[in-house]
Amino acid sequence: MFSKRKMPFSLLGAYTLLYLAILYIPVLFLPMFSFNDSIYTAFPLQGFTLQWYQEMANNSAMLKALQNSIKLGVVVAIISTILGTMAAKAFTSYRIGYATPLKGFIAVPLVIPLIILGISLLVVFSRMGVPLSLFTIGVSHIVICVPFSMLVMISRLEGFDNGLEEAAQDLGESPWMTFWLVTFPLALPGIVASLLLCFTISFDEFLLSFFLSGDQQTLPVYIWTQLRFPAKLPNVLALGSCILLASVVVVVLAEWVRRIGVAPAENGADKT
Amino acid sequence: MTYKTAPDTDNTSNDRLRKGWFRASRDTRRGLILLSPTMILLLLALALPIMVLIMLSFWTQTGMQPEPDFTTANYRAFFDRPIFAALLINSIENSALVAALTVILAYPAAYFVAFRVKRRKIIWLILITLPFWTSYLLRIFAWKVILGFNGVINSGLISIAFIDEPLTFLLNNRQAVIITLAHAWAAFAILPIYVSLEKIDRSLLEAAADLGESPFWRFMRVTLPLSLPGVIAAALLVFIPTVGDYVAPLLVGGNNGLMIGNLVQTQFGRGNNWPMGAAISVISMLTITGIVCGFLLLVYQLKKRLA
Repeated sequence: MFSKRKMPFSLLGAYTLLYLAILYIPVLFLPMFSFNDSIYTAFPLQGFTLQWYQEMANNSAMLKALQNSIKLGVVVAIISTILGTMAAKAFTSYRIGYATPLKGFIAVPLVIPLIILGISLLVVFSRMGVPLSLFTIGVSHIVICVPFSMLVMISRLEGFDNGLEEAAQDLGESPWMTFWLVTFPLALPGIVASLLLCFTISFDEFLLSFFLSGDQQTLPVYIWTQLRFPAKLPNVLALGSCILLASVVVVVLAEWVRRIGVAPAENGADKT
Repeated sequence: MTYKTAPDTDNTSNDRLRKGWFRASRDTRRGLILLSPTMILLLLALALPIMVLIMLSFWTQTGMQPEPDFTTANYRAFFDRPIFAALLINSIENSALVAALTVILAYPAAYFVAFRVKRRKIIWLILITLPFWTSYLLRIFAWKVILGFNGVINSGLISIAFIDEPLTFLLNNRQAVIITLAHAWAAFAILPIYVSLEKIDRSLLEAAADLGESPFWRFMRVTLPLSLPGVIAAALLVFIPTVGDYVAPLLVGGNNGLMIGNLVQTQFGRGNNWPMGAAISVISMLTITGIVCGFLLLVYQLKKRLA
């Protein structure tokens, strides 16, 4: 468009590549040292080993924490996505007064320091005599996942033709069947993406889990307890590498699914 | 939907009007029904807890349990101890620097993806946001591995015989916290900036070019002002949550890099003074809100003056 007088591509492009490199390199040290045959994360590298991964696979406390995190993530993802989808549907299909402040209220968990949310919930649960457990962590995770789910679903449902639903109803379908036959299939990629993102958020979340966990640890809380012992470090690195890999797979999957059937907007804009 | 009083002649238009109104209100009701579970959840698990926290901050604790009271003693105690306020100011400075750093560093990358990349933007976007979705704890921890006494930088420099002894100024200070947080939140800043740049109507830029603006002034007068909402959103999305961060100060900050979140945690943990912890949280929340409002007001004023 402005090919005559634009900044050379290479400068901005090189900067962006450098930016990406700086984003990735620190994180990539974790997998690198996880194969290193030494308990210290130091150069020079000592040699290749899978010992830390083997130890990890036999660590029952860690496997228990992993199990907890997966259970929690699945439940949180399902509930948050149901709530987020309903809220998104409310905003995109119906005219609601005060839509902007209401949306803003739902988005508050995105901008509140998590430590404040964590201790507030801790205070309420302890005053009500609710014992700390996966349930208490789950409540806090749903609070922070619903806004994400809602935003994903709004971007999916926006521009979605309400005429399709009206047509189905005019043709005599009940509201429930209309939902099943029309709305749900169209929203499905968004729903899957929301499930995956909410699962990832819950699975990786540390601060809220730290304040609200009782005897049942989640994986990040378990990692936190291990970080104190230098001898446990290689195990943490191995575990961390597996988590990184799994997160990457899930996020790429979520992004890919979310875009199925979304017509590319003009000049490739994707409103995320 | 029967409308009994409507006679078949003169009231039809009125009838239609009422039906229209009825339909609109039915729509609103359906929308509100869909919205209500989320609202109830957030009222119970977000609004109510924060109210309780505020209430608790006026209570006292002498023994093991907080006791109902209505005293400002906790607030006075906060201001009586300069170290508390200093910690809050430190945290705010850290987060402001982190926000500025992330926004400034993210802007050119967002600009590149929005304006220079023509095809497969999505791949760039996924690449940029991917690290954000991987474990926060591990991203912070990675910096401990890098900056630590036996870390990547020290052992690397020693093994090439550039230094003899590990550098100790890398870890356990504020700079380490700022670098770590800026890295951990980078992806959060780039998205809002990218979206606002992408939304800019390209014909405005063409118009500016046709009117003879140089690329630099085209950027200053068109692109930058129009992308400002994204920049502001990005700055706030990074600033607000990082003020309360607890992990980075503990892992890479050492004693010199502690932040207000660590103080709050201590009051709820070892310190076992929940009302005091609540008061510190409330003060922090109010301060953050004040700063954010002030910042937005400033931006608004600036905009009005420029317009």
